[in-house]
Amino acid sequence: MRKELCEVVSNLCIADSIYELTLSGAMVNEMNEPGQFVHVKVSNGLDPMLRRPISIASINKDEGKFTIIYRKQGRGTSILAEKKQGEMVDILGPLGNGFPVEEAAPRETAILVGGGIGVPPLYELAKQLVNKGVQVINILGFQNESAVFYESKFAKLGETYIATVDGAYGTKGFVTDVITEKSINGDILYSCGPTPMLRALETAGYAPKVYLSLEERMGCGIGACFACVCHVKDDPSGYAYKKVCSDGPVFRAGEVAI
Amino acid sequence: MSSLSIELPGLSLKNPVMPASGCFGFGKEYSQLFDLNVLGSMMVKATTPEPRFGNSTPRVAETPGGMLNAIGLQNPGLEKVVMEELPWLEKFDVPIIANVAGSTEEDYIRVAERISKVPNVHALELNISCPNVKTGGIAFGTDPEMAKELTKKVKAVSEVPVYVKLSPNVTDIVKIAKAVEAGGADGLTMINTLVGMRIDLHSAKPILSNRTGGLSGAAIKPVALRMIYEVSQQVRLPIIGMGGIQSAEDVIEFFYAGASAVAVGTQNFVDPFVCPTIIEELPELLTKLGISHISECTGRSWGKHEQLAYHRA
Repeated sequence: MRKELCEVVSNLCIADSIYELTLSGAMVNEMNEPGQFVHVKVSNGLDPMLRRPISIASINKDEGKFTIIYRKQGRGTSILAEKKQGEMVDILGPLGNGFPVEEAAPRETAILVGGGIGVPPLYELAKQLVNKGVQVINILGFQNESAVFYESKFAKLGETYIATVDGAYGTKGFVTDVITEKSINGDILYSCGPTPMLRALETAGYAPKVYLSLEERMGCGIGACFACVCHVKDDPSGYAYKKVCSDGPVFRAGEVAI
Repeated sequence: MSSLSIELPGLSLKNPVMPASGCFGFGKEYSQLFDLNVLGSMMVKATTPEPRFGNSTPRVAETPGGMLNAIGLQNPGLEKVVMEELPWLEKFDVPIIANVAGSTEEDYIRVAERISKVPNVHALELNISCPNVKTGGIAFGTDPEMAKELTKKVKAVSEVPVYVKLSPNVTDIVKIAKAVEAGGADGLTMINTLVGMRIDLHSAKPILSNRTGGLSGAAIKPVALRMIYEVSQQVRLPIIGMGGIQSAEDVIEFFYAGASAVAVGTQNFVDPFVCPTIIEELPELLTKLGISHISECTGRSWGKHEQLAYHRA
């Protein structure tokens, strides 16, 4: 973990309101697990004041670069979308615990399920799994056709299915509809996306091992402020907790209440 | 002698800069980023007798120049703080200020009695100003008589000096300050957060699950300065000032207003290195201002007729 001014290599709009920001900095050498995030200070001034947690989409140690993908939505991400090549961005990272690649053995099948802006961290995960000889099946859900990104990149790594809510592209409906329709099963399932999707995957039991990446509003991003706390499941005391930022954001299904 | 060393009741500090309670946990997270030994002191997270989970999320919301929080005093409880968190901090040469909270008078007394015996706890910060819990907290900090009585009772059991953390959510903060002074407080810390709220544009509902939260950050600095300016001239207690401090310049401004030390809160989230950075920059800033020791700054903004002998000494 370090705080560093990273240089913008590129900042491209790759789908409707979706931006791919590539940065260069020494912190890439500390990035190992897929599913970790960086805490981004988008402005030098007071508004917005807090950092933005954004997951790491790909790591390129050879070139000293990493990529984050975000949706331009509020004030912070709108400022971020304006960053030009050569500008410096204040980044704290890498933070959190990512997806356990070691839980998938070579020749096993991993199902990667992403929803919307939860898709990005699965890309680095897919790369690392494939490198290890794990077969990946990618199921990616988006709101509509214009929101789809990285389909061809995922397709290079494994079987890839797209679902859109309006059905204009890919399977109509949710990621769970694709899994049912295609009778997909695997040894392990990794997911990142909206909470209702994670809940559905947690109860469905599509694979014996399931890992979910959670999202929560954060303050410090390092575990000190207790803003992003969640309950531990099956805790009779009610006091047990996990911090999404520093214990997560990835948890084994059933570990915390979502 | 260093231009930053400070003597306060119970506290011999190498410098007057410390992280504020609730913004630094019990130090572990930040210790991964810098050597905690540089800190003047450390105000650790509020401790209640029993463990508390706190409020549901969302617990934070943003606003220009500030943030709202409604954590709800989440903490592992007195036993764990005394047996694990505070002993872990013993490896650092940093006197700890323990923040004491609760729902009832008995809660405060129980925590104060036990936590004040821990060797590295050199002072208590009596939290009668948390706006985010349903019982206790701010209720004690908005009624002068209750504040005085609680201070008295905590003083009776504490083995270290007691600083009382004041709430800005009152009509007359001087009245509360005088009440806790009469109750035997050794010092004041001020200000806690200002109660505020944000509402979501789409749902039309409050963003925070607690509906309201405490506003902190640069946005509240002028309020903090005004209150320290008023209180410091009306009581004889030293003040640890806080509320939106971001820089060495801000620290000096708080001293000018009447503070004798400062705490940095929300800015730790924005820049985890803010405390060491300020500590490093202060000596040079003092030189630039022609000031040989930081304690000379306390109360410089006061009019001559308003100065109290205590502060000139």
